[in-house]
Amino acid sequence: MSRIDDTWADKPGLVGWLSTVDHKRIGIRFVVTTLAFFVFAGLLAAVMRVQLARPDNHVVGPDTYNQLFSVHGSMMMFLFAVPVMEAIALYLVPLMVGTRNVAFPRLNAYSYWLLLFGGLMLIFVFVIDSAPDAGWFNYVPLSGPEFGPGKRSDFWAQLITFTEVSGLIGAVNIITTVFKLRAPGMTLARLPLFVWAMLATAFMILFAMPSVMLASTFLITDRLVTTQFFNPAEGGDVLLWQHLFWFFGHPEVYFIFVPALGVISQILPTFARRRIVGYVAMVVALVTIAFLSFGLWVHHMFATGLPPLGMSFFTAASIMIALPTGLQIFCWIATLATGEKVRFAAPFLFIIGFFFIFIIGGLTGVMLGSSTLDSQLHDSYFVVAHLHYVLIGGAVFPLFGGFYYWFPKVTGRRLSERAGRWNFWLFFIGFNVAFFPMHILGLEGMPRRIYTYPAAAGWSGLNLLSTIGAFTVALSVLVFFVNVWRSRRAGELAPDNVWGASGLEWAAPSPPPPYNFERIPAVRSRDPLWEPGFPAAEVVGLPDIVRSTLVTRLHDAEPDHIAILPDASIWPFLAALATTIMFIWSVFTPWGLTWGAIPLTITLIGWFWPKKDETRRTCAVEVKPDAGDARVHQLREALP
Amino acid sequence: MSARAVIDVSKLPTYAYSHRSLMWWGTLGMIAIEGTVFAIALVVYYYLRGLSLDWPIGSPPPDLLWGTVMTALLLVSGIPNQFAKKAGEAEDLRRVRIWVFVSIVFGIAALVVRIFEYPALNTHWQRNAYGSIVYALLTLHTVHLLTDFVDTVVLEILMLTGPLNGRRFVDVSENADYWWFVVLAWLPIYFTIYLVPRIFP
Repeated sequence: MSRIDDTWADKPGLVGWLSTVDHKRIGIRFVVTTLAFFVFAGLLAAVMRVQLARPDNHVVGPDTYNQLFSVHGSMMMFLFAVPVMEAIALYLVPLMVGTRNVAFPRLNAYSYWLLLFGGLMLIFVFVIDSAPDAGWFNYVPLSGPEFGPGKRSDFWAQLITFTEVSGLIGAVNIITTVFKLRAPGMTLARLPLFVWAMLATAFMILFAMPSVMLASTFLITDRLVTTQFFNPAEGGDVLLWQHLFWFFGHPEVYFIFVPALGVISQILPTFARRRIVGYVAMVVALVTIAFLSFGLWVHHMFATGLPPLGMSFFTAASIMIALPTGLQIFCWIATLATGEKVRFAAPFLFIIGFFFIFIIGGLTGVMLGSSTLDSQLHDSYFVVAHLHYVLIGGAVFPLFGGFYYWFPKVTGRRLSERAGRWNFWLFFIGFNVAFFPMHILGLEGMPRRIYTYPAAAGWSGLNLLSTIGAFTVALSVLVFFVNVWRSRRAGELAPDNVWGASGLEWAAPSPPPPYNFERIPAVRSRDPLWEPGFPAAEVVGLPDIVRSTLVTRLHDAEPDHIAILPDASIWPFLAALATTIMFIWSVFTPWGLTWGAIPLTITLIGWFWPKKDETRRTCAVEVKPDAGDARVHQLREALP
Repeated sequence: MSARAVIDVSKLPTYAYSHRSLMWWGTLGMIAIEGTVFAIALVVYYYLRGLSLDWPIGSPPPDLLWGTVMTALLLVSGIPNQFAKKAGEAEDLRRVRIWVFVSIVFGIAALVVRIFEYPALNTHWQRNAYGSIVYALLTLHTVHLLTDFVDTVVLEILMLTGPLNGRRFVDVSENADYWWFVVLAWLPIYFTIYLVPRIFP
């Protein structure tokens, strides 16, 4: 075993498993965990569809039904859709920008454990019949102290704390990794579009998630220590909740959708075998979407009686977001039209599925963006149809395409193409059968979140059809998991660059070693692997007795200094455990925060405190800034 | 191996200060998040104020004394804090120990003053939404005071006992940056809690 392997290796056994800070091991866990939540929330949806398959049905009662849709929505949004996108980014971004780990590896581990524990909490309270029951946006006063007795809303509020802390840490990690750890020569103008998409997403997360954290904190204090934020009798306001929630909630849709746009922009040029058309326009569109997403939140509140001028503004802003989205779609079409003949492999099929489904979802979005029409359709199944078209079409289809595309990188083996086609067609047909009828049901007046309906309403046939579609989707997901399970061990072996793609992640071995690249390659274009004679140069001289990587300058990615990244550590796991105790304790008493802060502080100090051995090795290779800076200038002069 | 060009980075510095370092970006990220929390909490204050006919609701404005003492104290604490930062960047361990210690003393003083600030608010979080948001703003800031105080104490102990390497001085510098955030974030909160009810009754 060479020294670099030795330095980057994790300890064997359980302690090693709990201590790892390798972004790939954590990334895989993250994806697997979020997919497990996806399956759990999907099963809840299946129960709802069974209940709604016939009129006057009594598979579940109204209270269970309320918990079903609340946990389904909360879990899909907070524990699957947003974190799965961050998860694939935390796996892929260091490989795509050509570095050895994320900027803050231990925070990355902490962020993972928090999400896991938050999700387990929600599953546990569901099992004991104490789950949130006021919908995934948990409106007051329904969720407030007066109408929401018990601890259900408090668990919802703490779920938010878990997932948002986890998400915010992920965002800081992504931003710093992208800004400072890029391979030499990878200027901002050469960033892969997926990385641009994640950068835009990370910034959205940074400024949107605090809003919902504050809202859920205010809610929990209203319930636990009788603050009056949402109590109109004492100067509070119920609409304040909706503002705070949707100021986060609308950008949240884009945390899910924008990374998916990035996935498409990676896969599509590979299959068209040409550079993406309109790279700069694509980047501008991504950033524009990120900005505009903060100006739309009131369109979720068109039915609350806000002033007409405000409604007009938010109608205009909502419809405006179709422009940058449309721009991206035209760039993709142009790339496909001017590229080589496309092979319809599984990743590409899912991209095509995205085009069909998302465009329908986008069109109903433009309809709902109009405040007049929205007042009619609000809280009907039309909205349920729309949001599933946007979220599943806009995010889950590209995500599955991404799974087929990057699976060989992660495992060294391909997923079965045959199973992939079954997976796709069952999903595509099942999805449309499940959700298209909901548009019609909504127009016919079926409200969302009702646990049953009378036969006289005339909704029975379409509801049964929808249930059949839902089970087809479930079958498709089952095919996917069987495919993953079998291909992981027995799939066709894949070369490092299995698709002939252009991104740096394909320059690493499959699966990549713990340090990703023994020699970090220099980059001279947007499509490095399509450069003749790649790589023109490689980085040598990174010390191998510590976990080191190269830090480059923000704008031009010229070498700046060496970062010594931390070794594996059990402390992030322990700190997450202490955080979990504190969060759950504080559901029951405010003193939980006070007393719970003590073990948390201890674990954080343990985390921060330098280990002697690590310090010794760091000192052995240390070059002080004033001593090393002469070399930095010398090196920049000599760059090829 | 083929005869590819190499970029030999073996003599590059193994750490750097300010915006060159990863820590600086991490700290800035946390500041962006927490700054957003403060900003949104302030928006909530003005939102609730806009809904109410009388403000402060059913109580006199907070007494000026302790909040103003806090403002002065925090601004003055910037001086030892900045000295600690400069000593860190000069990697002068003796001066780091001294100035970080002085910063800790200021931290203790601020926490003590905070104890007197709560009763001087003249309201209670349970009384009405005004009381709730005023308490929330003050408590959000207190949490920051407290966490950075604990950070600073741990840092000082590390500076006294080791094990040390050059990168620990980057931690000193970043800790000082974060304290600046705690100081500067206080100013709009002070203005809102203490001055707004008096200037714009």
